[in-house]
Amino acid sequence: MKQTRAVEFGTGLFILFGILALFFLATQTTNFQYVSGNAYQVTAVFQNIGGLKVRAPVSMAGVKIGRVTAIDLDPQRLEAVVTISIDQKYDKLPKDTAASILTAGLLGEQYVGLSPGASSEYLQDGDRIQFTQSAIILEHLIGQFVAGMGSSGSSEK
Amino acid sequence: MALLRYLRYSVQDFIETFGASQLFLARLLAYSPRTLVRPRLVIHQIYSVGAGAVVLIAFSGFFVGLVMALQSYQSLSKFGATGEVGTLLALALFRELGPVITALLFVGRSGTQLASEIGLMRATDQISGMQMMAVDPIRRIIVPRFLAGAISLPLLAMIFSAIGILGGYILVVPYLGVDPGAFWGQMRANVALVNDILNGFFKAIIFGGVVTMIALFEGYNAWPTAEGVGRATTRTVVISSITIFALDYILTAFMYRGI
Repeated sequence: MKQTRAVEFGTGLFILFGILALFFLATQTTNFQYVSGNAYQVTAVFQNIGGLKVRAPVSMAGVKIGRVTAIDLDPQRLEAVVTISIDQKYDKLPKDTAASILTAGLLGEQYVGLSPGASSEYLQDGDRIQFTQSAIILEHLIGQFVAGMGSSGSSEK
Repeated sequence: MALLRYLRYSVQDFIETFGASQLFLARLLAYSPRTLVRPRLVIHQIYSVGAGAVVLIAFSGFFVGLVMALQSYQSLSKFGATGEVGTLLALALFRELGPVITALLFVGRSGTQLASEIGLMRATDQISGMQMMAVDPIRRIIVPRFLAGAISLPLLAMIFSAIGILGGYILVVPYLGVDPGAFWGQMRANVALVNDILNGFFKAIIFGGVVTMIALFEGYNAWPTAEGVGRATTRTVVISSITIFALDYILTAFMYRGI
């Protein structure tokens, strides 16, 4: 009987330990609290989103306040429609907030940066962000730079 | 000519053994739900197969975490990206190293135990004795062990990963001077619950079932001699190890197709 109790105790301890480890990994090493919780959705239209991906962070003043939940192509205007989910905590964003696609570091991931406007009205669920700035594409920049060099060189002659 | 005949027989033998093992697996799965209703037998097996392996798994996980952290720190410090050590450690452990190394250790520790235990039961006619008394040995001794393996391995893999990360943290943060905020923050930003942790958990469940099935199958069909038990144990380790690596590739290819 004592033997059986010890076996059951050991088994219970082992399973508890295993589940605890799973719980530790799930809560401490992932940002899953971001997915849950209340959030509201706004959309923004960009001409070019570069390498932006679904689940990319959305930040304002460097603070992460939400993430990209969907990316679609508007079939009529042929522009990218990015759906952004913002934490309900931050529901006082001015209506004329601007969205731009930025890159973290030189080779880092792309994210959506919001910069606040001055309107006294606030963004609400389902709103569309009016002012957007597309991603900066390195190839385009280099192309412009090379073209600029060529034209300035020819004008000197 | 003799070579051809040998080849033919060995191919035929392989296909026969494979078919027999699949029928064996089907029987195990068919009896599993009924055995879970009376869990006493399973609990005893989880104790001997799973709880007995915790110390081995914990130590291995700790040192794997240390060595992974040290190696990745040395490479990442060249780019000034030492904050990424946590991410690298976590993703490697959750996706691959946790399930695979745990499964290999589990084969060495518990798979061999099961194969020799069942093989010796076969050699000493305990299994025929049960059949004589109208007790189904599959239901009485095989299925509880199978379930115990499939339940224990994912839990062991989680313990392995958790202790590996803590080991890496202990080395990298106080001794190598990585910022603890960067360590956890980068990890949290890049590890996904479903994609990384639950996929690894799922992998470990499959490894647990397959590895335990192989050990039980080899033990159950062992030659009833001392040599036969030894051969069954060896075959368990060889077949399980190959299966783990092959299956790991297949599962990874399916799970991370879109990423």
